[in-house]
Amino acid sequence: MGKSDLIGGELWEQYSNKVADRMNNPRHFGVLTEDDAKQLGGRLVIADEGAESCGDTVRLFWIVDPETDIIKKATFKSFGCGTAIAATDMMAEMCIGKTVDEAAKITNLDVEHALRDEEDQAAVPPQKMHCSVMAYEVIKRATSIYRGVDIATLAEADIVCECARVTLQTVEDAIRINDLKTVEEITDYTKAGAFCKSCIQPGGHEKREHYLVDILARVRAEIERERNPDQVQSDFTKLSVVKQIKAIEAALDEHIRPALARDGGGIELEDITPGEDGTVLVHLAYQGSCKGCAGSLAGTLTFVERTLRQEVSDKIRGVVV
Amino acid sequence: MERIYLDNNATTIVDPAVRDAMEPFFCHMYGNPNSLHSFGIEVRPYLHQAMEQLYTGINAADDDDIVINSCATEGNNTVILGFYFNLLKDTRKKHIITTQLEHPCIRESCRYLETHGVKVTYLAPDRDGMITAEAVRGAITDQTALVSVMWANNETGLILPIKEIAEVCRERGVYLHTDAVQAIGKIKVDVQEVPVDFLTFSAHKFHGPKGVGGLYIRNGVSLPPLLHGGEQMGGRRAGTVDVPGMVAMGKAMELANQHLAFEQTEVRRLRDKLEDALLKIDDVLVVGRRELRTPNTVYVSIRGVEGEALIWDLNQNGIAASTGSACASESLEASPILTAIGADKELAHTGVRLSLSRFTTEQEIDFTIYTISKAVMRLRQLSTSY
Repeated sequence: MGKSDLIGGELWEQYSNKVADRMNNPRHFGVLTEDDAKQLGGRLVIADEGAESCGDTVRLFWIVDPETDIIKKATFKSFGCGTAIAATDMMAEMCIGKTVDEAAKITNLDVEHALRDEEDQAAVPPQKMHCSVMAYEVIKRATSIYRGVDIATLAEADIVCECARVTLQTVEDAIRINDLKTVEEITDYTKAGAFCKSCIQPGGHEKREHYLVDILARVRAEIERERNPDQVQSDFTKLSVVKQIKAIEAALDEHIRPALARDGGGIELEDITPGEDGTVLVHLAYQGSCKGCAGSLAGTLTFVERTLRQEVSDKIRGVVV
Repeated sequence: MERIYLDNNATTIVDPAVRDAMEPFFCHMYGNPNSLHSFGIEVRPYLHQAMEQLYTGINAADDDDIVINSCATEGNNTVILGFYFNLLKDTRKKHIITTQLEHPCIRESCRYLETHGVKVTYLAPDRDGMITAEAVRGAITDQTALVSVMWANNETGLILPIKEIAEVCRERGVYLHTDAVQAIGKIKVDVQEVPVDFLTFSAHKFHGPKGVGGLYIRNGVSLPPLLHGGEQMGGRRAGTVDVPGMVAMGKAMELANQHLAFEQTEVRRLRDKLEDALLKIDDVLVVGRRELRTPNTVYVSIRGVEGEALIWDLNQNGIAASTGSACASESLEASPILTAIGADKELAHTGVRLSLSRFTTEQEIDFTIYTISKAVMRLRQLSTSY
């Protein structure tokens, strides 16, 4: 938040002149037919993408020279907001004169860039970026139809954020290399989640396969495991008692005592004894307000045991002294 | 370019007579009404006068309270949160009934109470876009403390059967709150004829200024304040009274009531003219029977024409309208009303609302009819589905 975020409501005033102009006067809208294709000596390709129930659809028409694969003419029809119409119009224009393979490389980021008035000024506000994604997807669709291949074969590596075209690999690398701990940090480093925000967590504008919150939790857990080889689970039972105590104390200090301290409680390790089936019984004594609290017998013990099993070893069983 | 304002359910122009009424309280009579000296004294008769206008406006009894506040959002929060502290928190009554049609300030304060153990039922509108008294009756349990149902819907203009709902609530001993923001100034609102316990409104929806509103509380009903720390409004709402705003709201209420007949005849005639013209376009759906709606509102769905795109085209021609299309919002919530009335999914992003006021002219409506048909033609030419 801050001075510029408190008023809100801005949308259309953040459109570039090019977006507004192409919304008002799209240059390439319309239908191409088999007759048009015959006249131009090319092959007609018609591709559909989107659904009206989701808010936008686009139909792309190409006439492609079968000798050279060059797109001789491109037009579109669109049901959608101004951004969707302007982006599709620009996309159709960008296809013309390119080979199908070249066109297939056009992304929504290229389209957005072409719609800018100033090099460093985005053509549409962040929440409108996803409206241009359809323009990108329909090219892929048209390419697959022209080539007679399944669209899945043209799919890129797992894309987490469609608006900024950030892959799963990029997000994972950013978390690892920069030791990121929050979704906001991921957005700062990668731009993933900066636009329509659908990819941050479930419940956004559209359903996604990957969500940043889940990726972050998974990669963080991996990082933690790698960082604490002492706590590698299978080895725990083979450690000396002194090392077992140290590992448990470390986990208590880092993950458990701070949480209990917030409620004025504490916990002490009393003993470690072998249990049945290779388990390790960890004897614990509650301190402060946890002592004598009914919740500490059930809820808190579950929390402590779960944390110790996750952080130290799944062989651990908690026992309250 | 002459501009045409058809978004009066969002906010309205301040009536020049209202502006004149509030003007003296900025630089001449600027005293704090709670002061002992002459600067305070000279203001108070005008506040009493505004109270008279407001009480008359909704036909409140002298023993009832109308608490002046900042807006209906404040009033609605005061009721919902106040109920938590007053009743829900410490008794076995832990249930609120409201509807999916409500303004977010009701919905979100109810969601907030859910995190504190309150159970909330959000009634869905039926296929006519309505919430019936029977639906409310069916949802009331012996744990229900409060029902909150709007008097008229902002999107469709549909007037809910609040009188019947009030009777059900009376019968079952449940308190009733109504958000009357879209009703006041458009239809008669009478709290003696319709026995609600709480009613909220905002001045800017009936040609008053923004930033002032009212909360009606029936005599004998207790409700703790949201804002503590002052004796204003009998302790029910602390904070120095917005004197110009309150005077303006009184005047706006008086004028609104004087114009109710005009709303029913002239505003309705223009709205119907617009609606008839829209219905002449192929594949157009208007939500709700017109005799069940506030006289100024039409909510139209035009197949093949995305809502925001139509609003864009209208704006290019100087016409202000609004859309429930969620293209730019962070959550994909297509208009719940279109879903509720069973319109096909393709129409979910086509809803556009046009709302008139007593300042709307015949020429404006004629130009709007012409512009919409032109825009629909253009957008359908572009459209994949038409």
